[in-house]
Amino acid sequence: MYEGVLADLIDELGQLPGIGPKSAQRIAFYLLQAEEEDVKRLANTLLEVQERVKFCEQCGNVSEEDICRICRDPRRDPSMLCVVEESRDVIAIERTGEYRGRYHVLGGAISPIDGIGPEQLRVRELMQRLSDGAIEEVIIATDPNLEGEATATYLARALNPLGLTVSRLASGLPVGGDLEYADEVTLGRAFAGRRRVD
Amino acid sequence: MDEAVPHLQVRQLTLQNFRNYDDLHLTFPGGVIAIVGSNGQGKTNIVEAIGYLSTLHSHRVASDIPLIRHDHTSAVIAAEVIRGDRALMVDIQLNTGRANQARINKVAVPRTREILGVLTAITFAPEDLAIVRGDPSERRAFLNDIATQQFPRLSGVMADYDRVLKQRNALLKSAGGARRSNLEAVSATLSVWDEQLVEFGTELMCARNELIVNLAPLVASTYAEIAPHSEPLSLSYDDSLSRSEERPVTYDPDAVRKAFFQALDTKRQQELDRGITLVGPHRDELRLTLGRAPVKGYASHGESWSVALALRLGSYDLLARERATPVLILDDVFAELDTRRRRHLAERVADAPQAFITAAVDEDVPVDLVGCWLEVDKAEVTQRDR
Ligand SMILES: Nc1ncnc2c1ncn2[C@@H]1O[C@H](COP(=O)(O)OP(=O)(O)OP(=O)(O)O)[C@@H](O)[C@H]1O
Ligand SMILES: [Mg+2]
Ligand SMILES: [Zn+2]
Repeated sequence: MYEGVLADLIDELGQLPGIGPKSAQRIAFYLLQAEEEDVKRLANTLLEVQERVKFCEQCGNVSEEDICRICRDPRRDPSMLCVVEESRDVIAIERTGEYRGRYHVLGGAISPIDGIGPEQLRVRELMQRLSDGAIEEVIIATDPNLEGEATATYLARALNPLGLTVSRLASGLPVGGDLEYADEVTLGRAFAGRRRVD
Repeated sequence: MDEAVPHLQVRQLTLQNFRNYDDLHLTFPGGVIAIVGSNGQGKTNIVEAIGYLSTLHSHRVASDIPLIRHDHTSAVIAAEVIRGDRALMVDIQLNTGRANQARINKVAVPRTREILGVLTAITFAPEDLAIVRGDPSERRAFLNDIATQQFPRLSGVMADYDRVLKQRNALLKSAGGARRSNLEAVSATLSVWDEQLVEFGTELMCARNELIVNLAPLVASTYAEIAPHSEPLSLSYDDSLSRSEERPVTYDPDAVRKAFFQALDTKRQQELDRGITLVGPHRDELRLTLGRAPVKGYASHGESWSVALALRLGSYDLLARERATPVLILDDVFAELDTRRRRHLAERVADAPQAFITAAVDEDVPVDLVGCWLEVDKAEVTQRDR
């Protein structure tokens, strides 16, 4: 259909999540007609993101520094830790304004079908972070689906011997979904109503 | 007809790019609708579409792909369903390469399974011999169809159970190759899946047991009517826990949960060796017995047909009693039955608020009962007089 570099562009765009062949074409033609400076800015931003954004050494969240903004912020409650699957979830929880502690990003959920077990997630790092006793409460905020539940149960069992308060977001989140798609009010209420797991 | 029991009726049906239809629009009355015409014209396709709305799968094929018209990527089944004095629009788009999408009154539902319960229908078709003669999975599928029509919520539990089962099997498979040193780590994750397997599995097993307990007398009495000279038919639940524990389970959720965990414990090594889950409702069996002999392998051809018919009609009675009288669909079956069974089926048809009957020739339809004749010729449907 299309040739050469235009076809390459459509292919590349089509590789992006959530973008089908039709959308890829539409974006490609939009870019063809866009101002040169706009396209350059986009291209530079892509390169910059690639160069500058990395993962926080402490919590695993995306960050431009070795340690992310939230981990550096002294106003954050050092006794509370919220465990999430992805960086996207941190953003969703931040939007609710309900939480003032810090985070730990696992990098996914347990899913044997995809070859992901606890060893493939940042579970060891989590245990290390908890070893000095500074953190008193861990809130497990994995997705409200089967894999998220399995991960939460696994973590709750691993954390319970440490004598911390371990809690799980209250139900009320749309079951089977992703945390990041829950609206602020629902997610905020799930946070406020979190329950202790023993 | 008892006025107190609400009944279901399909008033309108639209098919777009479904099987051999490009754009079909039909309006149906209540009563008996005969759909006749030569072989391969599209009679079954119409009732298959109605059945699909009630179970979310075809009564003929496992996959949706053959339902989509050649050279097309999606098909639509839409119906106006009357329940008591309420009308509901329900439609589903079947897609190749992406998820199907369903709507109720033109509002999209997040999951197609949410339309279950809008239209309840019981289909009896030649394929049903497989319930009697086929693998246990055929009988589980039969139970699942009735269970999800009676309690649509169960389809969510089934989907969750299947997903957990896949995850657990994947873990068992990868653990089988793992060295001994890794076994402790594997056990920790395995027990997490055990918990979910037991949670959803217990709910399914208790629901299945209740279904079979309710269904058994209805099926047995129907069978006695259509095959009075045969041994009595009985249905029982042969669950995988009783089999592995070698004692019957009482179907109290707590007792089932306990027995389930115990069975998993007993089978752990075997499961690790074989890399699959060995206990749970995915290994259940619905046991059908005529007198002392199992139906499968012992029943004659005629008896097998009678058992299949009794299973469907018993399910019809159960849904009619517990929910609302379903739509009755008889696909090409009169020709297969002897006089006595024909007569019994005709009596049932006469009582049905709405029944669809397909046949290649008029003689294979209970002619006197029919209120509406539809003739199908190369995907053209015309109404005609008798
Ligand atoms: N996906 C499809 N696209 C186009 N045509 C199809 C498709 N699937 C089936 N058909 C056609 O539909 C016809 C079969 O229709 P159907 O099964 O309803 O026949 P029937 O009228 O019930 O026949 P019989 O009396 O033999 O049972 C066949 O001619 C078949 O080729
Ligand atoms: Mg047919
Ligand atoms: Zn950080």
